[in-house]
Parts: sequence; structure tokens; C-alpha cells
Amino acid sequence: MTHIHTTDLAFEDSAFNVLLGATLSGKTTLMRLMAGLEKPTSGEVWFSGQNVTSVPVQKRNIAMVYQEFINYPNFSVFENIASPLRVARVNQSEVSRRVQAIAELLNLSDLLDRDVSNLSGGQQQRTALARALVKEASLVLLDEPLANLDYKLREQLREELPRLFSKSGSTVVYATSEPEEALMLGGYTATLHEGRVVQYGKTIDIYRKPCNLECAKIFSHPPVNIATVSKSNNSISFDGVADWLCPDSLKDNRDGNYTVGIRPHHLTLSGAAANGYSVTVPGTVQLAEISGSGSVIHLQVQGNDWISESSGIHQFSIGEQVDVHMNLNGCLYFDSEGNAVY
Amino acid sequence: MNKTIKQGAWLFVIPVVVLVAFNALIPLMTVVNYSMQETFGDNVFFWEGLRWFEQVLNSERFHDSFVRQITFTAIILLIEVPLGIAIALCMPRKGFWVSVCLVLMALPLLIPWNVVGAMWNIFALPDIGLLGYTINAIGIEYNFTRQPFAAWFTTILMDVWHWTSLVVLLAYAGLSAIPDAYYQAAKIDGASRWAVFIWIQLPKMKRVLTIAILLRFMDSFMIYTEPFVLTGGGPGNTTTFLSIDLVKLALGQFDLGPAAAMSLIYFFIVLLICWVFYTLMMKNEQQ
Repeated sequence: MTHIHTTDLAFEDSAFNVLLGATLSGKTTLMRLMAGLEKPTSGEVWFSGQNVTSVPVQKRNIAMVYQEFINYPNFSVFENIASPLRVARVNQSEVSRRVQAIAELLNLSDLLDRDVSNLSGGQQQRTALARALVKEASLVLLDEPLANLDYKLREQLREELPRLFSKSGSTVVYATSEPEEALMLGGYTATLHEGRVVQYGKTIDIYRKPCNLECAKIFSHPPVNIATVSKSNNSISFDGVADWLCPDSLKDNRDGNYTVGIRPHHLTLSGAAANGYSVTVPGTVQLAEISGSGSVIHLQVQGNDWISESSGIHQFSIGEQVDVHMNLNGCLYFDSEGNAVY
Repeated sequence: MNKTIKQGAWLFVIPVVVLVAFNALIPLMTVVNYSMQETFGDNVFFWEGLRWFEQVLNSERFHDSFVRQITFTAIILLIEVPLGIAIALCMPRKGFWVSVCLVLMALPLLIPWNVVGAMWNIFALPDIGLLGYTINAIGIEYNFTRQPFAAWFTTILMDVWHWTSLVVLLAYAGLSAIPDAYYQAAKIDGASRWAVFIWIQLPKMKRVLTIAILLRFMDSFMIYTEPFVLTGGGPGNTTTFLSIDLVKLALGQFDLGPAAAMSLIYFFIVLLICWVFYTLMMKNEQQ
């Protein structure tokens, strides 16, 4: 079982919260603690101003959706969605009214009589989501619910999810390992690394201003490019191949070595220099991948392995010498401890 | 549309055809041959048509063995399947005790059948056997070589001891295959232990249980060695099941014709019941 370090985290009430971290970073454990499936060895879990640490799971009014499609195997779609209401002894007419409404919302109306085992993966996961929605739980935990779905369905449900839950007024916690997913879902994000909460805040703020190198790494795919640069007075030097003006945020800091982090889409290779404030460094192409509408180029720049991501299809041969344009507006600076400097 | 037929493909089938022929078809045809003729040795045969089949099907002896067989199998299935599931549910899912339990469960399955018969024979002897002596000592008169009920009781007990493990192992495999998330989901819903069993575990175990029931049906329906060693079919004919009866007919009385006819009838009964059972289960599955 993943060990969770001392963690102080207060999720935004009635909002869409994302837990972002790599596999085994403790997302599931944190969710299990919130759900009450796991007891913390120390510390407390509070919900809506109440200490719920010792409240058993079935009394916490939560719903959970998993990566695997979990439904009652022998039930119809209707009975599956109705199951939390049946446990709560809601009367029949109310059950059918609420199930119909939720089924409508998730496009399951035509499938209500079908056996869940005969449904496609997407339909099974919709059923599981409907079960979580119908309960009108105060806390909804979604543990990588879209990971096992195919690309198209994932896109579609990812768009629908925040909308579905915004109406319910529930606090939603959504675990994922994909930075892109966190950005698309919006709301608030907590980044997790090796059982530690690294940063929590509005998703877009965390993406723009990660508090440290770890957080920048978690929140970037392909991984953020890093290199060591040195600052003296008002200028920054990158291995003698490029110099640029020190950004305002860094001006008052002491001179010395800093780590620069630059996201792959802030590196361009195309002939013309990138717009705006940029410098050019020499690089060697290691590998070129084309992904539909974009190109991902793996580079060697001053002994660092870098990745550039740009739209349009660019073809390079391996070993080719190229000019790498760094968009300086996209540079993040970290001190020797890895903390971001703004 | 024209298809080119490559004759060479037959070459690949020939080994299997030869194997199956020697292994199953030729012995079976010999039995069919005997079942329709009368012989007094010396390879002299007289055509009898369906006479042996009629004789066997109309004989009270066959009816009695058949009823005994069906009763025995029904009791075995009714005890071993629920008991096997119950034991599997009680077994630990992880940790050191898993392997201990699995080995203990597998032990009875590893003992040769006639050894099981001999073991229980000695174990149940009323004068020196631990079981037989104990039962008599607590005041219940028990002698499996003389009382039909005691003979049945001992035979069933022996079979339960020998074969429940098979159901346990299959059910345990089925249970282990259920992702933990199902139990968590049920817990969050506030489902009771019983509801979890009925609505999650049982449906998820359906496939392995179908196999377990099918295997236990076939084995118990064809049981021979253990009761033969334990009771020899007695007292009287009270534990003479179909196989024991068949051997008595074929090798004891040397009635090869009727014995061959009985073998075929026996074979078709097993085939028919398995087919019906399997079709029903599969139909259920598809719905």
C-alpha cells in the first residue's frame, strides 16, 4: 500500500478537483482515505466542517467510480443505476423518475432494459457514472474513470463530466495521470508526487506557475525540458551558446546557477524564428515522431535531452543539426533546491 | 465463388484421425458390435438386433442401479457444491495462509482412488476403525457392511472428503478473479455481506461453478473404484451404482451382449445430461 506523507489538503467545496500524479503517487490511497475505505494511521479527514475520520464508509454519502467498469453483473442498466436508491429505500415512483432523468443525461435511455455485461466499455462506464450521479452524493470520487476507454469516448466524456457534476453541487475529486486531462477538466488541481501533495490551487494557476520543478514535471507531457543556466547581474547565460536578459522576477535574486524549465511547445524548430521574445540554440535531432497534426522532435541540446512539440508536420533526419528557438516567455526558473522563482 | 481446395491439408489431420480412431472409435465400435450380437466365444457371433437393449431397459436390476446412481449423484452435488463455495469464501485471500490452505485442500485430490476406498474402509470399521468405533462408542449402532443407511452415509462422507476440494479450488479461483473495486463499490453502497454474495460473488463465479458442477456430475455418475473398495456394492445391492453393476454383468457373469448394451445406454445418459446441462447454462449466459 502506498504510503502517504503528512499531507494537509483542503479541497474546494462543490467544485471539480483534480488529483494529478504518476502511477503509484498515492492518488488512489488518498481517495480511499477520503472514502473511508482506509483508515489513516494518524491524522483526520474532515468533510463540510465535520470530522468524518471514524464515520463508516456507507454513512458518508459518497459515490466512487473506478478505472475498471464496476457494475452489478446480473442487473439490468436500470437496476444498476437504481441500486443506491434501493439501498436508501427510496419509493418506486421516485426511483424510476430519478433513474430516467439520469439515463437521459448520459444517453442511456435506450439501454435501460439491457444486461450490463452485454454493453460496450463506454456504455458500462456511463452506467457506473450514472450510479454515482443518481445517488446525489456530497462527495464523488472518480479514480481514473476514463483510462480504460478508447480515445474518442474519453474525449467526449471528459467534456461532459464537469458539466454533469456542476449541476449536482457535489464536491468532485477526479484522479488522473494525464496533465492534459487535468487542463481540460479545469477546476482545481492538486499535484501529487510519491505520496506527497506538491501543490494545490486553480488548475490553470498551477499549470502556469508550478511551485517547484517536481510540480512542473508532473504537469507537463511530454516532460518539461530542463537545463542549467547561470545568472550574473542582469543576464542569463546558457552554456555560452545563448544569452538573454534576466526576467524581472529573477532580477533581485542572487547570482549563480539556476535550472530553467521550458515546456515542449515553447521550443520551435521551423526556419523562421518563433514570434516574440526568443533565443536560438544549436541542437541535434535524435528522433522525430509525427502525431497526426503535430510533430514531436527529440533533441540533444548542450548535453540535455529535450523534446520539441509543434503543430504541423516537420520532417527531420536523425543526426541533423537544427536551430532550436526557445520562447523565453515560457521559461520557468528554479533555484538549486528546485523551488520556482517568480 | 470457386475455392481452391488444397488436398495437402488432409495430411495434417491424419495423425489426429489415427489417434482418435485407436483411442475412441475402434473400442467404441467393438462395444457396439457386442451389443447387437450373441457370442459363445471362438469368434462365433449370432445377430440379436436390439434384444439386449430391450432386455437391459426393461430389467428391474438396471432400474434399481439407475435410481441409486441418480440419488447418489444428487446428494453429492447438493452437499459438495454449497460446501465447496462456503469453504472457498472462508479461505484467506492473501498472505501466508493462502498456500497452506491450498495445499491442504489439494491433498485429498492427490490420493489414488482405491487408496481412498481402502482408507475409509479401515477408518469406518466398527471394531477397529476410528470413525466406526467412535460412532458406536457414543451409542449409535453403526456397521457399514450390514446397514444400508450406514453404507450410504460412509460412501457419501468419503466422496465429500475426496472431492469437495475440487469445488473449493474452482470456486476460490473464481473468487480471486473478482477485482477488489467490486467489494469497495458494494461497501460504498452499503450492501450487506449476503447481498455481496448474491449479487457480486455468485454471478462472477458462474462460469467456474458450471464447470465444477459438470465435473462433479460426471465423476460421481461414473463412480466405481471408491465404493467398490469400500462396500463392494453391498450390503446386498444397496450401494451397487451403475458402474459396479456394469462390471458385475460384464466380468462377473460374462454377459457380454447385455453388458455392451448397458455400456452404451450408460454412455448416452451421461452424454445427454451433460449436453442438456451445458446448453441450459450457455443459454442462460447469453441472455
